[in-house]
Amino acid sequence: MKAFSRLYSELDQTTRTNEKVNAMANYFMRTNAQDSIWAVALLTGRRPKRPIRTSDLKLWAAELARIPYWLFEDSYDVVGDLAETISLLIPLRKTEQDKPFSEVMNEIIDIQTKSENEKKEWLFSYWSEFLQDELFVFNKLITGSFRVGVSQQLVYKAIAKAYDLDDKVVTHKLMGNWLPQNTNLKELLSDESSSFDDSKPYPFYLAYQLDLPFTDLGNISEWQLERKYDGIRGQIIVRNQQVHTWSRGEELMTDKFIEFDILKTILPHGTVVDGEVLPFKDGKIQSFNEMQKRIGRKNVSKKTLTDVPLCMMCYDLLEHNGEDIRTKPLHERRALLEEVITKAKTDLLKLSPVLSPDSWDKVDTLRTESKQLGCEGLMLKHKDSVYETGRRRGKWWKWKVDPYTVDAVLIYAQSGHGRRANLYTDYTFAIWDKKELVPFTKAYSGLTDKELIEVDTWIKKNTIEKFGPVRSVRAELVFEIAFEGINASPRHKSGIALRFPRILRWRKDKNKEEINTKEDLMQLLNSV
Amino acid sequence: MLIQFTNSGIYCKQADVYIDPWKPVNKAIITHAHSDHARWGSKHYLAHTDSEFILRYRLGNISLETLSYNQSVQINGVNISLHPAGHIIGSAQVRLEYKGEIWVVSGDYKVKSDGYTVPFEPVKCQHFITESTFGLPVYNFPDVSDLNVQLNEWVAENAAQGLNSLLIGYALGKAQRILSALETDQPILLHSTIYNTNEALGFDNSRYIKFTQDFKKEQLNPGIVLATGSVIGNPWLRRFDPYKLAFCSGWMQLRGARRRRNADKGFIMSDHADWHSLNDAVLATGAQNIYVTHGYKSVYAKWLREKYQLNAVEVETLFEGESIENESTETKEEIREENQQA
Repeated sequence: MKAFSRLYSELDQTTRTNEKVNAMANYFMRTNAQDSIWAVALLTGRRPKRPIRTSDLKLWAAELARIPYWLFEDSYDVVGDLAETISLLIPLRKTEQDKPFSEVMNEIIDIQTKSENEKKEWLFSYWSEFLQDELFVFNKLITGSFRVGVSQQLVYKAIAKAYDLDDKVVTHKLMGNWLPQNTNLKELLSDESSSFDDSKPYPFYLAYQLDLPFTDLGNISEWQLERKYDGIRGQIIVRNQQVHTWSRGEELMTDKFIEFDILKTILPHGTVVDGEVLPFKDGKIQSFNEMQKRIGRKNVSKKTLTDVPLCMMCYDLLEHNGEDIRTKPLHERRALLEEVITKAKTDLLKLSPVLSPDSWDKVDTLRTESKQLGCEGLMLKHKDSVYETGRRRGKWWKWKVDPYTVDAVLIYAQSGHGRRANLYTDYTFAIWDKKELVPFTKAYSGLTDKELIEVDTWIKKNTIEKFGPVRSVRAELVFEIAFEGINASPRHKSGIALRFPRILRWRKDKNKEEINTKEDLMQLLNSV
Repeated sequence: MLIQFTNSGIYCKQADVYIDPWKPVNKAIITHAHSDHARWGSKHYLAHTDSEFILRYRLGNISLETLSYNQSVQINGVNISLHPAGHIIGSAQVRLEYKGEIWVVSGDYKVKSDGYTVPFEPVKCQHFITESTFGLPVYNFPDVSDLNVQLNEWVAENAAQGLNSLLIGYALGKAQRILSALETDQPILLHSTIYNTNEALGFDNSRYIKFTQDFKKEQLNPGIVLATGSVIGNPWLRRFDPYKLAFCSGWMQLRGARRRRNADKGFIMSDHADWHSLNDAVLATGAQNIYVTHGYKSVYAKWLREKYQLNAVEVETLFEGESIENESTETKEEIREENQQA
């Protein structure tokens, strides 16, 4: 546990990518495969479930710290992070004991099903055992809020470095359906393991937003242009008469997308298709919102299946007749994809149409049609491109349409967590509905650290009322909010819900009289 | 009651003196020379002997009388004496006694010895005015000796990697503590505010390099730079690339405070009392009446009432306690001078 908590603080103390990779590589070199796999799991976001209720944690921490509960709550308000609050309040003992990290993690999993008394006893023994840094990491793990500022790609890079392997090989081997309690890092990286798991997906190839002039791309005939659909990027895998569907977030979605199950009888063994899962009804793509509602449900009912049926808009073919064809050029893969889809003869699989403008001048016109078609923009893929691993520049580009924007006024603020603890960074915005300000969206991020501190100071000076962690503030600061889509929503007071809202900029030049109105947004809603 | 809380500050009517007034008054007793406690414009000042030079440096040509610790003066029957507060050099608690009624105004204080400042001494009284800058149980500061070891390890590690170590702390108090704690042969460069403050304090500057426009990178190669919070976000810092940055402040106890500033390291080094020290200090006075000022005053007063059954109330003042970026101890001229340098 000490080694892992040291790694955590090393990662926490630097913003430099190289130092992060080195810290992780050193850890993987020195740590056994059992502990390492847990580190991989946690660093790539595979957190175990929170084993203990937050309310119990707070009560027990106050008890061990010998302070009244109200004082615990007041302290938590100031610190802003539960795990940190607890680690600062528990009296520390100096101990040299160490416990294997995998053992601690297995205990965290086992304790989930134990009685309240057993949980409390277990927790007290851990809380009295650790030094402060370990205590903090441990608390992050049991509060289910463990997060580190490293991307999956960086973790894989560090493993590649430590085990002297290629990044891409590591990425592929670590995809799929493993649980840290049932395997270890050596086993996953070994040559035999990849064939065991029929569900194992390939790493997705992701594109950056186009930031070059077309003249740098060369002749348009060398490029394959497609629409960028607004759904869930996924992979459908058919092997040994089984279907597995993965989202790009590496979540297994097979049970949510059950209509694809039939593909096991349609597609041949050893077929992997990359595409966009979309709600599709009456010959038309439905809104993303519809699908989101469907994903939110625990069980997929018959009604859902008829109300929001899905299809996959197929972009690429990664495995053909059991062979990994990612290194074949795109034009060859596309030909094979067309063949597979045509043969399948099913409405579940649609070919993403290739657009063929004869000059770059016409591309922008195609892009501007995107929103009407329910698309996010265009994809530009070089016809000779291999299917890469992760996000790369050069051969694939996305060219998204500009987001919608709205000017709104800040009316509520809530303090953030982690890096933003004790700082008011989560904002609620309002627009005019006749003569009243109605809250219509929350948004955060998008401001610089300096602006955040400035807004925070302003909020503290202009608070009207406090409701727990939330403050209402004087309606004065105007922000430009960007968003990707808009939907009617009876759940919200304003009657609308925005998709992916974020703060674009602080409009110091505007006052609250000049912001947008609900009417403006209703017009937009009716036009899309 | 001997003491009143007025719009101009903490006031003793019988002696007609104010303690750390925030408006100009006739007679002001100053607990210590930080600018939220020692303000301009009063006619006569009384402070500890060790504050003399720094008060004159900061407030100019003032009418100033000084006392040693435990020495007392009588003003209209009020017996007034100063006692070590352990906060910074020359910092004092002010004890006022009149007809058996005893008050102690503690200003800012630190109970644990920092190895440099004259350590805090508890003073028995019936009425105790305490700060509460770190008046929450999450603030438990590390031992000074452990901290100094960490500090020296950090600068040595950086030097081994060819990196300069940039330390940020108050010019008055913190800077001298840091300099006393550093055990290193590395060259040490001082931001001019710190250099000048040292000079005013009579702190030996001979070992240090004063920053001037003629500074050359090679003078460090690698070394230590000690500066005040005013340089943060300033291009001035770039001259020291490559470097690691550390803040020295009690606020560094919280991870968010460190991360927001993108500091590589935070040393939990404060000249204020932490949670346990506050409680110890309050109890050691034997006072039944506690007046809680700047900091987490309502929380701390409530705790004192509940836990120790003390008659504790919160009092509004204009004292600021500890801040990180906006050092409250500089004079405006100095800040201007600094900005021009940058």
